[in-house]
Amino acid sequence: MNDGVNGVALAVFLFFFLLVTAMGFMAARWRKAENEHSLDEWGLGGRSFGTWVTWFLLGGDLYTAYTFVAVPAAIYAAGAAGFFAVPYTILVYPLIFTFLPRLWSVSHKHGYVTTSDFVRGRFGSKGLSLAVAVTGILATMPYIALQLVGIQAVLDVMGVGGGETTNWFVKDLPLLIAFGVLAAYTYSSGLRAPALIAFVKDTLIYLVIAVAIIYIPIKLGGFDEIFASASEAYSQTNPATGAPRGALVPGDAGQWTYATLALGSALALFMYPHSITATLSSRSREVIRRNTTILPLYSLMLGLLALLGFMAIAAGVKVQNGQLAIPQLFENMFPAWFAGVAFAAIGIGALVPAAIMSIAAANLFTRNIYKDFIKPDATPKQETQVSKIVSLLVKVGALVFVLTMDKTVAINFQLLGGIWILQTFPALVGGLFTRWFHRWALIGGWAVGMIYGTVAAYGVASPTQKHFGGSAKEIPGIGEIGYIGLTAFVLNVVVTVVLTFVMRALKAPEGVDQTKPEDYTADAGDPGVQVELPPATAGSSTH
Amino acid sequence: MVTPLRVVIALCLVAPFVAMLWVGSYAKTDPVVIGIPFFYWYQMLWVLLSTGLTMIAYKLWQRDQRARSASKGGASK
Repeated sequence: MNDGVNGVALAVFLFFFLLVTAMGFMAARWRKAENEHSLDEWGLGGRSFGTWVTWFLLGGDLYTAYTFVAVPAAIYAAGAAGFFAVPYTILVYPLIFTFLPRLWSVSHKHGYVTTSDFVRGRFGSKGLSLAVAVTGILATMPYIALQLVGIQAVLDVMGVGGGETTNWFVKDLPLLIAFGVLAAYTYSSGLRAPALIAFVKDTLIYLVIAVAIIYIPIKLGGFDEIFASASEAYSQTNPATGAPRGALVPGDAGQWTYATLALGSALALFMYPHSITATLSSRSREVIRRNTTILPLYSLMLGLLALLGFMAIAAGVKVQNGQLAIPQLFENMFPAWFAGVAFAAIGIGALVPAAIMSIAAANLFTRNIYKDFIKPDATPKQETQVSKIVSLLVKVGALVFVLTMDKTVAINFQLLGGIWILQTFPALVGGLFTRWFHRWALIGGWAVGMIYGTVAAYGVASPTQKHFGGSAKEIPGIGEIGYIGLTAFVLNVVVTVVLTFVMRALKAPEGVDQTKPEDYTADAGDPGVQVELPPATAGSSTH
Repeated sequence: MVTPLRVVIALCLVAPFVAMLWVGSYAKTDPVVIGIPFFYWYQMLWVLLSTGLTMIAYKLWQRDQRARSASKGGASK
């Protein structure tokens, strides 16, 4: 992308990278618990995080490097359609407010580490729990791979990624080093490492956005100019489709797509294992509710960030690969040292979620595949060991994925992952509020949703791709274009309800429910709620 | 149990869905504010509005819980 290596930017980038590496390893000693050989400790940070740590952790987790690169990239490519990320993150918080405290309570009461643990306990079905676990792992893997794509974009723009002619090993070496380091401290420190690093990440991100949103418009002559040149660029005909490139506001045809994408993505977000891991690591259910009132600060940031996509157009950034639009904008607009800060923000922004995601996927494997099906008598120490190793394997898998396959494959799978993970919603959220659904009906609904979603996504063509060209398709029976994930979800619910009536009529066995109604509202300090793993030292410096 | 307080909480939580999913109500350019088309600043404004509504819901919820535990003699939270 670049003529040479940007030395100053690279030096600043390396400084921050070394800083967070040191923090990552030191995190093992932060708020350490008496018994460090348990999954609660390694995989949930001792379930001890207060409001602020949880805020940084969730923010660091949900607003990933890929988000920072992809959302403005979507705006850069097509305009208004990419802005759905903002209503999507607005809708997430009322949802969290409603159902996550219940999940927190029941998980603390029964020591659940993953969503599959809960589903198994609630419906007494290892099969349903396995379906949820496998879906979670499948959906998380490409997400981790996309974090690598985020780092790659930054490295490319800094000029250390090498050109097309560079030897593949030299080209990928920086990425290999970054991920080697990440893997090492995640292994040794568990969830504490990303929790601590998230402070640095978010401070940098907020700083960069604040500067970018003031400095760049001044340089470009104000928002009037920016939107005028963006509007002109969108009206140009795209030679591949014969239609305009995009629009500043969605037309009538695009409104269903916009709304269904926002709603479907919001419903899906908290089905992802890494969101649940960050939530369960909080100290009390109050922490979660309080967080829903301060987390939207990130949505505001995301909205401002999205506007950078317009600025990239106005600044005349021309890139083939839209993912490079924002890093290139920073490189063009900022002095070298501040571009380095911005790149560090994106790079570290990839490390935090990648760590949490690999931990979450590892927990799912350990608890719901290893312990349920391979070694039921595993001790907590063995569980932790397996989880640590699996977290490494998951990252290696993601690395292989990115290095051997085309980037678009990772993006396609991420798109599928979103559709898939949404299909666990009825079992999880349904289960939190009612035991009415039958466990086998939930498996049936899940299967139908998964199959419909995959087939439908496969059939979407775009100018550049024959399959998986997008995530929107005509909704059967309505005729509007809508998000495939949401259509699959509605189908899933309908099948689940119908099958539940059928199972009831056939008197199919219900399974044993471990939970009691009062478990869903219990809070820390109530009788029977374990205050998990008391910290060895009273760590109160962070809240 | 449905109490007026809980209805208000529910309304606070449902309002953002109505506003954001009704795309037709804000898919337009005018009025432009400091150069930003309506479509964009309106949605960003809703980030703040929904935050405010969630905060109200949170405060009301706390009050609801206190009332409930008081009536039960503090047995459950």
